[in-house]
Amino acid sequence: MSYKSNIQVTNSGQLKHFLSIEGLSPSILTQILDTAESFTTIGDRSVKKVPLLRGKTVANLFFENSTRTRSTFELAAQRLSADILNLDVQTSSTKKGESLLDTLHNLQAMQIDMFVIRHSDSGSAQFFASHVEPGVSVLNAGDGQHSHPTQAMLDMLTIRHHKQDFTKLRVAIVGDIKHSRVARSQIHALNTLSTGEVRIVAPKTLLPMDAESLGVKVYTDIKKGLKDVDVVIMLRLQKERMEGALLPSEAEYFKLFGLSNERLALAHPEAIVMHPGPANRGVEIASNVMDGMQSVILQQVTFGIAVRMAVMSMIVGSNE
Amino acid sequence: MTTLIKNGLVINPVTGLSECLDVYIEGNLIISVGEKPNDINIEKEIDAKDCWVIPGIVDIKVRIREPGYTHKATLASETKAAALNGISTICIPPDSSPVVDNAAIVTQLHHTNQRAGNQSHIYVVGALTKNLNGEILANMASLKERGCVAVTNSIYPMQNNLIQRQAMEYASGLDLTVVIQPIDHSLLGDGCANEGAFATRYGLAPIPEVAETAALAKDIELVAQTGAKTHFGQISCARSVDMIRQAKKQGLPITADCAIHQLFLTDQDIAQFDTDKHVIPPLRSQRDLEALRQGLVDGTIDCICSDHQPHDLDAKLQPFPSSEAGMSGLDSLIPLAFKLVEDGVLTKEQLVKTMTSNPADIFNLPAGKIEKGELADICIINPDELFVLEEESLRSEGKNNAFINWSFSYKAVKTIIAGRVAK
Repeated sequence: MSYKSNIQVTNSGQLKHFLSIEGLSPSILTQILDTAESFTTIGDRSVKKVPLLRGKTVANLFFENSTRTRSTFELAAQRLSADILNLDVQTSSTKKGESLLDTLHNLQAMQIDMFVIRHSDSGSAQFFASHVEPGVSVLNAGDGQHSHPTQAMLDMLTIRHHKQDFTKLRVAIVGDIKHSRVARSQIHALNTLSTGEVRIVAPKTLLPMDAESLGVKVYTDIKKGLKDVDVVIMLRLQKERMEGALLPSEAEYFKLFGLSNERLALAHPEAIVMHPGPANRGVEIASNVMDGMQSVILQQVTFGIAVRMAVMSMIVGSNE
Repeated sequence: MTTLIKNGLVINPVTGLSECLDVYIEGNLIISVGEKPNDINIEKEIDAKDCWVIPGIVDIKVRIREPGYTHKATLASETKAAALNGISTICIPPDSSPVVDNAAIVTQLHHTNQRAGNQSHIYVVGALTKNLNGEILANMASLKERGCVAVTNSIYPMQNNLIQRQAMEYASGLDLTVVIQPIDHSLLGDGCANEGAFATRYGLAPIPEVAETAALAKDIELVAQTGAKTHFGQISCARSVDMIRQAKKQGLPITADCAIHQLFLTDQDIAQFDTDKHVIPPLRSQRDLEALRQGLVDGTIDCICSDHQPHDLDAKLQPFPSSEAGMSGLDSLIPLAFKLVEDGVLTKEQLVKTMTSNPADIFNLPAGKIEKGELADICIINPDELFVLEEESLRSEGKNNAFINWSFSYKAVKTIIAGRVAK
């Protein structure tokens, strides 16, 4: 099956699905950030709700485990007054042999307006979006190693909150780039927003082939990679990749690529430290850095709700 | 039945003949090329004016999905599709279910073909090891006795190099050609796209070039060691072409083919996760594509196959990594192949050789010649028939053809198989 190239955007340029950062214009990304910013204060109110999605039904369809992403999507939908359906598809229909499309079509028959989908196959979000009915939208909550666009946008919101202008920034992304959908989306978002310099730092076994083609500078030495950067984004190292043929041990990884205060000192004095979570303390990041003054990791989580609210409300707007 | 094909440009690659001549057929044989035989009463005339009269195409890798996967296609459907697309002879790999690792299944396939009306000639490539598990040698002598033209382990791994060496030695003792698709399975992993900028961007598990070349280097050494006549199937990398070129220079008994889609598509064409372009080996880079074309020009690559793999709709109606690999290729083989002539890569005579007498020679098949006394397997090509390949017009049961909506100007307008016009 071949699919239409950019199904994310309607003919009038509005967001229809949110599948990947690639293919979206700087102005749409900025619109997401602006809208999200206006939602950041809702959580501080005594009534944490707006009626933008009243009467709409959002289905969380997670074929892979998730706590943070899933619960922030759920909260985002609730704060927009939507009805939310959480489906644990890992243990249900697909295990009984139902095809992905049948699962989707059955849920669609329950008049779902928006699907939030996470699946282990790269391209699955595009696949689902190509097969839903015209009035239904798909939000990608992570597809394989391809894309995790809401994570990237909450990271952009965090960076903008602290640093304002992207064009003057040096940003380093450190860790398992090869297997990371988060890194891919962050790189696209940073480049779309004209970030001054995007660096990736990783051992060669965790770098994808032709990494430079993503529009980044590649470093295998963290000391050089962190020099003078304004933003340090540490990536989670998956447990199953810690010991084996990719890396010899957790200890050696921390020794070579872990973010310690010493290393952080190489960055700009006002650099911020980010992590998409869940973090492995003592593996990719030292505890005192994670809890330190420069860490904005918990703020990322808060902004995650605002970004997901923004994307949902923009999509509903385009469907009406 | 006597048939005359008149006014066509007859191309016989074996003798280098390329001129307008009449071809006379009686029964299943060609009885004359050029001169009208005495006392002949022509019952049927085919006017091939402005067309090329070439030997029937020989496609050495066609999965008919029988036995075992008849929800995808059948022997009857695919031999008919082949015949109507100008392909008079197909070779069937052993990776059906059950595997063609014993003589009974070979016989069964030939019986099924008879019942289906012998639409196209079929030749079976038997299994190299039992159940293709790479452990125990298949009964190769019995397979050969029932007509298997070669043996292969298809895309499945041999358990170790010792077994591979012994299998090659044993086959060579029986004068059976071994077909090897060079794949190092540990380097292949769960990959589904060529390692490079495209797979990196789209987060698709990569298949490195070395998954092919590391295996090929070892295989070439085993050919040197065993002397087994070996055919390398579906080569996809530029480096592989170089390695085969060198090995041939050393005089090793090696031949090679590539799949037609590798000559026209690259990994970039997967674009929006188009599952019809999920193939193994994967679509490679532009540099690889050009090296494969160069390999055809200098004879490093001897022939082109369709690597036909018809699928049911559901097999491709999945996210890219979960979709089944393989492309349906019978309907686009000839139109694409002649695009190489149009693109100036090969002359029409070179191309015809690549598609007919070369593959026939590799497997010793009675095909690929338009000469007196030869089997009347003929394909008539109209080099000036503009058409768009439409899904509705596909003859194969597999609609997973990546070339739907492509425009072509070369069409197989008639196929004559053993003297009969395919219908």
